[in-house]
Order: sequence, then C-alpha cells, then structure tokens
Amino acid sequence: MPRLDAWTSRGVVITDGAWGTRLQALGLEPGTLPDSWNLTHPELVLQVAREYVEAGSEVILTNTFRANAITLAGAGLADRAWDINRAGVEISRRAAQGRALVFASIGPTGKMLMTGEAAPEELERAFAGQAEALALAGADALLVETMSDLEEARIAARAALATGLPVIVSFAFDTGRNRDRTMMGVTPEMAAAEMRAAGVDAVGANCGAGIERFVPLCARLKASSGLPVWIKANAGLPEWKDGRAVYSGTPEQFAAHLAPLAEAGAAFIGGCCGTTPDFVRALVAAREAM
Amino acid sequence: MADLQKLYDAVLNGDQKSAVSITKEALDEGCDPMELITKYMVPAMDEVGRRFECEEYFVPELLLSARAMKGALELLRPLLAASGAQPAGRVVIGTVKGDLHDIGKNLVASMLEGGGFEVIDLGADVAPERFIEAVQEKKADIVALSALLTVTMPAMRRTIEAFEKAGIRDRVKVMVGGAPVTPQFAREIGADGYGENATAAVALARQFVQAAHP
Repeated sequence: MPRLDAWTSRGVVITDGAWGTRLQALGLEPGTLPDSWNLTHPELVLQVAREYVEAGSEVILTNTFRANAITLAGAGLADRAWDINRAGVEISRRAAQGRALVFASIGPTGKMLMTGEAAPEELERAFAGQAEALALAGADALLVETMSDLEEARIAARAALATGLPVIVSFAFDTGRNRDRTMMGVTPEMAAAEMRAAGVDAVGANCGAGIERFVPLCARLKASSGLPVWIKANAGLPEWKDGRAVYSGTPEQFAAHLAPLAEAGAAFIGGCCGTTPDFVRALVAAREAM
Repeated sequence: MADLQKLYDAVLNGDQKSAVSITKEALDEGCDPMELITKYMVPAMDEVGRRFECEEYFVPELLLSARAMKGALELLRPLLAASGAQPAGRVVIGTVKGDLHDIGKNLVASMLEGGGFEVIDLGADVAPERFIEAVQEKKADIVALSALLTVTMPAMRRTIEAFEKAGIRDRVKVMVGGAPVTPQFAREIGADGYGENATAAVALARQFVQAAHP
C-alpha cells in the first residue's frame, strides 16, 4: 500500500500556511535566517506552529526550509545545522501534540550545480545531514520544496528517501507565459516523471504563482506521476502599498479553489507566501462544504 | 581559415570549448577582435535572448551561452584594452541589504558580462555605502539592484536615497529586478528602469549606455 494512503484515504488533507511572513510579524528582521530562530526564539516559532494547528491544519511543516549546511554556512551557522533541524522538528511536534502530523521542510541550497557554484557531493552531504537530523528528531515525513533544478531535486530526494520516511518533492513553477515551468525550465511532466523514477511518495507544486494557476499544474502532475499531489499556493500576487507588500487574494477566494484542486488530484492543500491561519480556516470550511 | 559562423553557433549553443578554440584560431590568423565581438558573438547573444523570450531557452541555456561568450571575451579583452577600446559599460551589481539570495543577481551578472559589460559584483546583503564606494571607485555607469523578498524591497528605496545623499544619483543609472519587483515599484522608488529577467536587464543596460553616448 502506498505509504501516504493512511493519511489521505479520507479525502483532502489540509496543511498549513506561510511561516516566514508570520515570523516577520513577530519581529524577525530581514537578513536573519528564519531557521536560526529555532535556537534563539523557540517560543515565537512555537506560536506560529500552534496558530496553524489551532486553525485546523492536519499537517504542519517545520521552520527548517533553509537549514541545510550550505545555506547555513552563508549565515555563519554551518556548525549548528544538526541543532537547528532537531529543534525545528521538536518545536512543531510540541505544537502538534498529536493533533497534526509534522512534515519536515527541506528547501534548495541556493547554489547552482550547472555553474559549478557547488559540487553534487556537497549537496549530497548537506541534504543527507539535514534529512537525517529531521528524521531522528521524529518527523512523520520529509518535504523537499520550492525546487527548480531537477538535478538538485534528485539529490535531495535520494537523501530524504535514505531515512526511510515518506518523501514529497515539490517544485516552484513560476516561469514562462503560463507560469508552468520552473526557473530552470522544468515542466510538471518532467518533474513528475523524474520524481516517480526516484521513488518518492508524492509530487507537488508550491510557491510560484497565485492559486488559480495550480489547478492545471495539479492535473498535469497527477497525470504524469500517478502519485498523490501536494499543493501549496501563494495568496495571489504581491502588490506594493505604503511601503509594504500586500497579497491581493482573500482567504475565501483562495479556498474557492479547494474543490477544483481536489478534483484535479490534490491530496494535500495548503498555502505558501502571503497566507495566514485565516486561509487554513477557510480551507477547512470549504472542505466541509464539499 | 577559422570558420567564424561556428563562433556564432558555439555561443548560441553554449559550447565554451569551441567558442574559445575558434576565437584563438581567428586571432592567430589576424582577425580583428572587435569584429569577432560585434559580427558574431553579440548577434549570437541577441539570438539567445530572443529564444529566451520565446521560451525556447531557459536559465540553463542562458548560463551556458553566457559562459561560452565569457570564455571567448577573456581572450579578446587584453587585445581590446591594448587598442584603447572600452567595455560596453561598467555595472555595479548586488543584492540589497538584508537579502541573502543571489541566483537571480548572478544570472544577470553573467548575461551582462556576456553582453560586453564590465561587471563589478558586490555579492548579496550589500549595504548602500558599499554600492556608493564601488560606484565612486570604479566610475560605474550603471547600478543593478536585486531583491528576492518582499521584505527587502524597501532596501532598494533606501539605497537610492543614499545615492542622493552622497551626491552620486545623477552619475549613474539605477536598474532594479527580482521576483517580487514590478515596474510600478521601480517608478515609485525613483529607479531609472526595471528588468523583468536577465535578458531584459542587458537590453536596458544597453539603452542606458546608448542614451549617454549617442
């Protein structure tokens, strides 16, 4: 039996919303790596995680998106990788209290393989170290997200699968006229085929465009992979008002896409940049109305 | 005779090895370095840009072509400098303060180099004072500011304000770009232009230089 079935067999699972923007509202300064707060401000990270559990998230992520050794080294935190990842899972588990599953987040390194900025072995080491720390700390599954390079995604997927946990790999389709390619030109079909071959448990799309673009992306990922699909969309596009970014979409507009996404094969639905606990509440209400 | 059409093809196909070997061969035969650039390499990069706009090429192809162009340019630069020829322009580039992302900035820097510009790359998380220092020291024509996060976009505005205070705003053209940046935002903060992607940034930089030296 596919490993995610136990969680998805009763219908769409509602996940969480954005963490970065919530942490900024609580005082995280630009230029500070959000992940470092797992050690310096664990109570505020816990607050964000709790807000999502209370809003009805059945899966919450961890504040570990950039906690790979390569990215951490850029912030002078390379030697804290293990602690930051463990603390990230522990905080989310404490917030979940068994009411939500904890899927641990693994993001891209920010280095380009094809220009030789980093070697494949460096990425392998960084992802393996992060995945192992997250698994040992008790994550229920690993989520490799916001990927744009197929090679980096493959390396991260392999490292994540080696822990024995279920693995989801999600791409950011934000390029091209139809916003249906990653920055590196990868289509949903290419991503789905490669990730299926790599043996992951689900594929997905996150970040990138507003939610209306995700219905066709979801259908294409489903058709090409045959796997459950993970969707985490932005709250519309950012607009600039009085010196700060405002996302145009409302929770209700966002949640109106839940039914079409479910029909297109989405097994997990949540929000990315610009979404809040209100968006999660709206998703829960929309699912009840289905 | 070196087959110069192959130089065009090598840049277009991102084949750095061939681009370098054909350039060497052509120089040995006494070809004019400037002609190699203007007749073959720049048109090839223009075609790369066109294919990118048409979504036949994506970032990997851009990077490979820019690398091929750069490899050939490295052979030509000393000869051009000796003959007194100047680069297309000097660009100081960096991701603004508070923002640690550099993929987009690196891509624009590569494409500008491929376009014949001299690029002074200050890296990521660059304070306004460092931009000012570099502009003064390197006598730059253009400053390119990058941001990936909505929360670091205000640092673009602060950088431009710092240029005004330092009295250098009129000496440089400022262009901005990055995923959340819009043309409207660029106008609001008083930038001279906005580039939607790396090829648009090169076109914009060329416009700036041509307007300054018609």
